[in-house]
This record gives sequence, C-alpha cells and structure tokens, in this order.
Amino acid sequence: MATSSVSKGCFVFKPNFKRRKISVPVEDYFNKGKSVSEDSKLRFETYQLIWQQMKSETEQLQEELNKNLFDNLTEFLQKSHSGFQKNSRDWSCQIKLREIPVAALVLGVNVTDHDLTFRSLTETLQNNVTPYVVSLQAKDCPDVKHVLQKLASQLVGCGVAAESKAEQRTQVSQKRECCSMDFLSSWYRNATQKKIDPKLPSKKRTLSSHWQSPPVVLILKDLESFTTKVLQDFLIISSQHRHEFPLILIFGIATSPIIIHRLLPHAVSSLLCIELFQSLSCKEHLTTVLEKLLLTTQFPFKLSEKVLQILTNIFLYHDFSIKNFIKGLQLSLLEHFYSQPLSVLCCSLPEAKRRINFLSDDQCENIRRLPSFRRYVENQTSEKQIALLTNERFLKEQAQSLLENLHVYHTNYFLVLRCLHKFTCSLPKYPLGRQIRELYCTCLEKNPWESEEYASTLQLLRMLAKDELAIILQKCLAVLKSSSGTQLGSTAQRIEEFLAQFQSLDAEAREEEDASGSQSKGLQKTDLYHLQKSLLEMKELRRTSRKQNEFEVLREKVVDFVDSLVREFLLPPETQPLHEVMYFSAAHPLREHLNAAPRIALHTALNNPYYYLKNEALKSEEGCIPNIAPDICIAYKLHLECSRLINLVDWSEAFATVVTAAEMNASSTVSEEMDEVIHARFIRAVSELELLGFIKPTKQKTDHVTRLTWGGC
Amino acid sequence: MPHLENTVLCRESQVSTLQSLFGERHHFSFPSIFIYGHTASGKTYVTQTLLKTSELPHVFVNCVECFTIRLLLEQILNKLTHYSSEDDCSTQMSCDTFNDFVRLFKQVTNVEGLKDQTVYIVLDKAEYLRDMEANLLPGFLRLQELTDRNVTVLFLSEIVWEKFRPNAGCFEPFVLYFPDYSIGNLQKILSHDHPPEHSADFYAAYINILLGVFYTVCRDLKELRHLAVLNFPKYCEPVVKGEASERDTRKLWRNIEPHLKKAMQTVYLREISSSQWEKIQKDDIDPGQLKGLSAYTHVELPYYSKFILIAAYLASYNPTRTDKRFFLKHHGKIKKTNFLKKHEKTSNHLLGPKSFPLDRLLAILYSIVDSRVAPTANIFSQITSLVTLQLLALVGHDDQLDGPKYKCTVSLDFIRAIARTVNFDIIKYLYDFL
Repeated sequence: MATSSVSKGCFVFKPNFKRRKISVPVEDYFNKGKSVSEDSKLRFETYQLIWQQMKSETEQLQEELNKNLFDNLTEFLQKSHSGFQKNSRDWSCQIKLREIPVAALVLGVNVTDHDLTFRSLTETLQNNVTPYVVSLQAKDCPDVKHVLQKLASQLVGCGVAAESKAEQRTQVSQKRECCSMDFLSSWYRNATQKKIDPKLPSKKRTLSSHWQSPPVVLILKDLESFTTKVLQDFLIISSQHRHEFPLILIFGIATSPIIIHRLLPHAVSSLLCIELFQSLSCKEHLTTVLEKLLLTTQFPFKLSEKVLQILTNIFLYHDFSIKNFIKGLQLSLLEHFYSQPLSVLCCSLPEAKRRINFLSDDQCENIRRLPSFRRYVENQTSEKQIALLTNERFLKEQAQSLLENLHVYHTNYFLVLRCLHKFTCSLPKYPLGRQIRELYCTCLEKNPWESEEYASTLQLLRMLAKDELAIILQKCLAVLKSSSGTQLGSTAQRIEEFLAQFQSLDAEAREEEDASGSQSKGLQKTDLYHLQKSLLEMKELRRTSRKQNEFEVLREKVVDFVDSLVREFLLPPETQPLHEVMYFSAAHPLREHLNAAPRIALHTALNNPYYYLKNEALKSEEGCIPNIAPDICIAYKLHLECSRLINLVDWSEAFATVVTAAEMNASSTVSEEMDEVIHARFIRAVSELELLGFIKPTKQKTDHVTRLTWGGC
Repeated sequence: MPHLENTVLCRESQVSTLQSLFGERHHFSFPSIFIYGHTASGKTYVTQTLLKTSELPHVFVNCVECFTIRLLLEQILNKLTHYSSEDDCSTQMSCDTFNDFVRLFKQVTNVEGLKDQTVYIVLDKAEYLRDMEANLLPGFLRLQELTDRNVTVLFLSEIVWEKFRPNAGCFEPFVLYFPDYSIGNLQKILSHDHPPEHSADFYAAYINILLGVFYTVCRDLKELRHLAVLNFPKYCEPVVKGEASERDTRKLWRNIEPHLKKAMQTVYLREISSSQWEKIQKDDIDPGQLKGLSAYTHVELPYYSKFILIAAYLASYNPTRTDKRFFLKHHGKIKKTNFLKKHEKTSNHLLGPKSFPLDRLLAILYSIVDSRVAPTANIFSQITSLVTLQLLALVGHDDQLDGPKYKCTVSLDFIRAIARTVNFDIIKYLYDFL
C-alpha cells in the first residue's frame, strides 16, 4: 500500500471496510472461473439439499443405534440411585451405600466418534435422569484440584441453567480457588432443597419430579488417559461423601475394561460397583450407514467402485471412524457437484426430467461428450445418431428416457443385490464377501459373473441343503416384497413357485420315507452277514442310479434362476448411459484429500522443485541437480547421498561446487566475498533442513550432523 | 464408660492408652500422637468414637480431601469456630500459610468453650501431609508449643512413623500401634452387627463359615463386612424356604460354601458388581454365565493399527541387531549362541519392553505388511492414537520432533491374539522363541 509521506516510518493502515463486505457467495466457487454458468448455482443448491437429507438420515440412524445402549444405561442409573433415594434404615443398604455406582462404557477405539455419543448421552440423561450431568476429559484434570474445580463449575452451570440464579454464579467465582468436596455437597443440599420448593415450576422439575434428589452423573470421557493418582484420590474422596453427594460415574473406555483394574488398586476398586455396557461395533455401524445412504434409491448420488473402496479402506485400515467416513462421503458429494457440470441432473427423477428441459446448449454439448452417452449413440441407427447429435429437443427427450432407465436400473439393482447377498452371506468361507458392501464393491467393479469367486459361489449354492435353500428363498421373497415397486413382480412370483414346489417335495419325501421304512423292517430279520451284504447292494444301487432326484433338479433350477437374475440386473453402472450424472468416480483427488502423505509431499517439493514451482528452468532429469534450484533443495539432494553421519565440511564443499557450477565456466576464480555468501547460504539451508526434521546435530563426532530420515520418502 | 465398651470391640488396650494420654479435660495432653496400623484396624473409628462419646472438643479432617494447604488449614479453623459459637456464623476464615494459621488458631481458641480444655485435631490419612509444604508436618507436631494453647494433634496413618520423619528432624510424637484384628476379633466384630430379624447365634455361625472361606485371602474388615451382607440372603434361603432350621448348620454350610467360593473369584475382585451379584442370587442364575470385566480382553483395531502394534512389539522385545536376521531376505545363518552378547541371552520377555525409535518401528512395519504402505498422515496419527489408548507408551519427552521413542506395553497373549486375526505368526519373529 502506498503512502503520500516522504519520510520512512511505520504507517497504520485501517482495514478497508468497503472491500470486506463484498464477499463471494459460496455457490460462485462452483463456477470454476468459467464464464458459462453451467447451472453452478443450481448445482450448489442441489448439493446442499442432498447433504442435508443425508446428514439428517445419519443422525437419525445414530440415534436408533444408540437407543438400546442408552436405555440400558438410564435403567442402570435409575436403579442404582434408587438405593440412595429410599434412604432406608435397612441393615444391608447402609453398608452397600458406600459403593459408587460405575457404568463402564466400552466404546471401541474410534475415539473421534465418541464425542458425538457422549453428547447425545448427556442429552438423554438430562432429559430422563438428572439435570446434573458433567463430563470431564483427562487433559483437563492433571490433579484432584482441577477435577473438583471443573466439576464444581460445570455443576453450578447446570444449576444456573435449571433455576436461573445469577447470585450463584458470583458465589462460585469467589470460591473458584478452593472448590472442596464440602463445598460441592453443601451446594448440592441447597440446590435440591430449592427443588422441593413448590414455588419453582421449572421445566426440569417436572421431568425429574419423581426424584427429590437427582443423582450427579460424572462422565469421564477417556479413562485410559487419566492418571492413577488423580483417579484414586478422587474416588476415595467422593466415596466418603457419597451419603451427601450422590455421585454416579460413567467411564468411557476405548480399549477393554481391564484398564479399570490396571488403573485402580483393589483398595479403590472395592469402593466401586462396576457394571459393563458395550456399544455397537463400529463395523456394524458402517454397514448400516452404507445400507441407508448408498444401497438405496432414496439418494440419487452414488459412488463408483474405486471411491467406495478408498472410503471403506480408510475406515477399515486406519481409523474405524464413522465420523470421518461421513466426512469423506460429504467431500465426494461436494467434489461431484463441483467438478461434474451435469450433476445438476443428480436429483429425484421428476425433478431431473424437469431440469433437462431447461438445459443450456453448453450442457447439451456436455451430455454429448459423456463417454457413456457416446457409446450409446454408436449403437443407434444412423438417423437416430444424427438426430441425437444435432437436434437438441430430441436429445433432451432421449436423455429423459435414459434417466428413467437409470432409475429403474437402480431400483432393480439394489433388490437383486440384496437377494444375492442373502445367498452368499451364509456360504462357507464367504467367496463373495460376508458383508453386503464387499459384494457391492465386486459388482460395481466389473461383470460379477466373470469372476472366479462367483463361479465358486454358484458351485457352493448347488450343494445347499433343502431347508437352507428354503430359508434363503423366503428371505429373498421378503426383500422383494418390501419394495413398493412392481418391477420385479414376476421374480417374486417365481420364488413363490419355487417355495411351493419345495413344500410339495417335502410331502412326497415323507411318503417315500414311509415306504423305505417298511423296507427296512424287512431287513431287520436277517443276520449280520446278510445285512451287510444287502446294505452294500443298496449302496451300489444308489451309485449306479445316481440320477438326480427331484430336489436336485429343483435346486439346479433355483441356482440357474439366481444366475439369470444376476446377469440381467447386476450389470456394472459403467454400462448404463448417463451414469456419470450420478456416479462420482474421481478417486485420485479424494485420496489426496483424505489420505494425505506429508512426507512424500515434502520429499517431492525438495527433490523435484519443478513440481510445485512450475519454473521451466527447474526441469531436470533424474539425478542431476540444477544449480538454480532453491538452496534447500540442493542441500537436501546432496544429503540424500550421505549415510547416517554427515560431514559438514564435505557437504559444504559439495554445495559450493554445485552452486558455482555455472559461474565456474565463465570465470575460474571465485572471489572471497562470493565464498562467504555461499557459505551463508549453505548454513541457512542446513538450518532449514534441521527445522524440517531431516537432520539434527550430534555429539558423536565433531563437525557432523545425524540424518534422521531414510529411503525415498 | 459402659457405652464405649459396647461400641468399640477388641480395642480395649488402645482405648485405655488413649484415655490415659488424654487425661482430664483441662489437663495438658501429649502434644502429638501418631496412630498407625493396617487398613481397617479401627484407627479412625476408635478415635472418632472416643472423642465423640467423651464429648471432647475436636476437629476431624481427612487429608485426602485437602489437596492444598489452604483447604486443610481453613477447614480446621472453620470447624473450630463452628464449635465455639452456637449460632451458625457464616464468616469464612481465609488462611494461606502456617504462620497465619498459628495466629488465627490462637484467636479462635481464646473463647469460653475452648479455653480451659484440650482441643483435639485429628488428621486422618496423614501420609498425604508429606506431599504438602515441608513445614506443615513439623508445625503440626509441635502445635501446642507454637500456639501456647492446650491442643493435641492426632495423626492417623497406615504407614509407620519412620517414613514420616523429616530430614531436618522434628518433635517426636507419641507413637501408638493398632495391630491387625485376629480371626477371633473379626468373628466377634462381624457377629456384633447381626440383622434384627435373625438370632445372634445364627448369624455368628454364618460369619464363622464366611471367615473360613475368606480369611486366607482377605483380612480387611470392611470388605468382609461387605461380603457378609451380600451373601447373607443366600445363606438364609433354606431357612426361608423351610428346608432347614436355623440350627441345621451342616445343611446350611453345604448350601453356602460353593457359593462363597464363587464370590471370592468374582465379586470380591470386582469382576462383577455387587448389584449384579445380588441379581444372580435372586434369580438363581449360574454365575458362570455372567462374564467378569477381565473376560473382555478383545480389542478391535483397524488393520494397520494391528500391524503397527505388532511391529512395536517386535521392536520392543527383539534386540536391534537381530532385525537383519528377521527382516532381510538373505540374512545368512546366525546362530543364537555366538551371535549375541551375554546380557542379550537372557529372555527379553523377562526383562520387559525396551524403547525403540520411530524409524525402526516404521522399517519393521514396512517389511511385515504384505502390501505397500505409504507413510501417510493416517499412519502417523494411528501411532499417536495407540499412545493415547495406552497400548504404546512414549518414552522421554525432550526429543519429540526429531526422534520420538516408544515402548510397547501390551502382553504377549494380547499381541498373539491380534496377530492371529491378521494371520501373522508372531512367534516366528520373536527372538526369544527361536
């Protein structure tokens, strides 16, 4: 910024308020800097709509999945507090009261998801059990003092919210320095006594009205990180005040409940009454999320095989975090609507049909450019080809019918996929995967019937017993019936027929059994030798007449039927024209965003500066070092050639040689001044490398540094 | 005092020693008395009942709760003021140092009720005093001298006095030892609080059986009492059902004995909670069905986390020099005996895990995972999250950025279970099992 002043000095520039107000609306980022609109605004709105729907769907799902666990927890809390409530003079109760009820909540190693669980748990407890729910994290609690302080400040916060007493807050701020258990119990006495006062018709009161003295629930979010001493002291203190301060603990455990015994000695754990609660396994959670978000026609947005693979791999190989998985899904959704101009059609079918009518010429051209559409055009008659490529209206009509086909394809696809999963999920060794997501990935990848696994699956299916097959068929029927559409009506009928045939087979079999039963009676009267002989004969007979019995014929029919279903309906999406509208397939950017590789990026930057700087002069062949590269790059490349200990003198010599390589040709003498400059540049490059963590000074040898990294990255 | 004899059992000699030490109300008593004894040997109970029944002015403070000196001193002063003035005065004293305490203490005790009799300050769990300011313990020991008041400080602790004595020396308190209760004492005390609906003899017989089972593992009175209460309904069961009379001890014994043994393995160790135990009793479920806390050892980990943990285990328990042998293709034959130094020949599993640098962990990781692993941010964050889960431990704190060092803290059984899930034969890679 320029000033009108002549003198040198510091000048204050007030921020320019006018400029700040001009903020770019978010949807404009979708424009990709192109002047053509390509419906960017509409695309952004569609994205937001779909994301909102998906988000609310997942939230609802999470609530449902947690419901069971939360119900159990609430029941436990209510039960364990009832003893305190009764206040009975009962002989046994007096002694039992000393134990602090503890719910050990095993949540699995996906720590990132825990926050959400705890938040909804807190909400549930506040609604159903007690207004006093406090949660603590290990990092807030380096000692008992902090534990009690946090506990007190949060508790009084609860009280203020419930009763809106401003004076309490001031009282606390005075007391902040010395929050003892005495303070807490006297606070509790005051708070609950006020509750009994009928003049306060607050909302919370009605909720917990059946309890005059609600318990105080303390959630320790990450038990593993708490130090033994803090936990021990706190438990001893609170067990001594249990009769006046009814504390109930919830331990959030990520690994296994043995950690309780590892953290607490018997003297302390004997003060606790621990009960175990386990949350749903995160893999099952993933399966349900996938089922609700992707294996459904509810959302038009779909993932291609590669993208789905990346997301599930990050989940299974790295973090087990549902939260991250959904974030990844959101990113791919955003990326799809951002990068694919035709994603404007990625919405419900009637809406998409309407939108097609308003497509601009550019967008029509985009449709024509789609590989799947080109393939489709090539298969048409020549007149139709010309019409599709020249006539906009005809193109739009065709696109509408194609989208409709795509929609029908999806409806059938998921039904058949579910049916196939019913068949494959009970087979030994699971050739096509145990989970439906594995099956889905295989089917997305290529024609499923071409794989070896599919062949072995069919083989295994041909060996199924009668009752197993009948059960599976019944399940399939249920799947098909569950859908409202009538596309696969005939299929359902066929299955029903099969089932009827099985039943009739059963009846026949019973008759046969009766017949064979009479035959065996005849056998009984002979002696052992004859019996053996006749049995052998019967075996021979059976082997020779190894004609398929009726059940085997029927089974063959069923398997063939399943095979035909798969071949008809489980075509990979790439075969469908216009699939690019709904399928997001850009796996590479997604991987870059979600599975970042900082070391590799750093190595690329230092080893091949052209990659980031885009300076033509920096382009070089493998192995040679251009002398105009940044100093740090030269130093880095030279250090790659060294072993664990690097001699600084040698390194600096090499550095000087490389840097002066060009000048050497011109003038053979290097001035002393120049030398000093190069020396300074070298030292700066080395200290930058040290800052980046590639080397560190060592005391093993003078004038040497240690290398800290190995290999290419 | 017949009342005291009824409430305090089996501590007659200690009570009489204390009573003679206390003397008459206006007598100066010993400045400080140090009472020690094992857990649940009646230290707190005896002093508390003694002071209460003889209605002596006293302050009872538990040092666990007083994590700062300020809390401790203020609590004593506030309780004393509460003693002297009948009406509930809300003036809270503030006191930060021991010097202030001495001054304020003089003020507080200079009132009618406290002036001419001994004031007792009882500091329970006195071992916590050692972690506080250094002047605190010596100060309390000679509080009588410092304040020039008739005051006696009682310390209650589970640790012997020798462990308390400061380096600089101090006033020696009168040391009183509370020995453990003998089995006869325990029997007498436990039988004392029998439930009103049953006769004392019946309950005493029950206690006899209970002690027969538990005395070998547990002499903690509190714990025994807890167990007695928990299991008593089961003992009464035949009587309630009418299958046996109260006198039929043999039958009752046969009923309760296996049950108690089961309790020793489960509820005593807090493997299952007492409420669950009660439920089992009530519904007559087989206790074997309910798994204890230790039964849930399985931890589900992401695929690469498993391999990181395996790599960390190998790095912790194999000597560095053997890495070549395990992870290089053409390592040649190395004999165990000649190859290693003497100290490396002892089992590494007996010595415990050794620390290793991050680079070694990654190098082993790359060689044990079949597919190529890129060193992505996810891999590094997994290592950190394993540290927060306490499956790995970070060793040393100064070199965080350049070369962090870790230790693997999981057991062999745990890592074998993990390795089995990824079809990795870890025994083949452990030097100890070669």
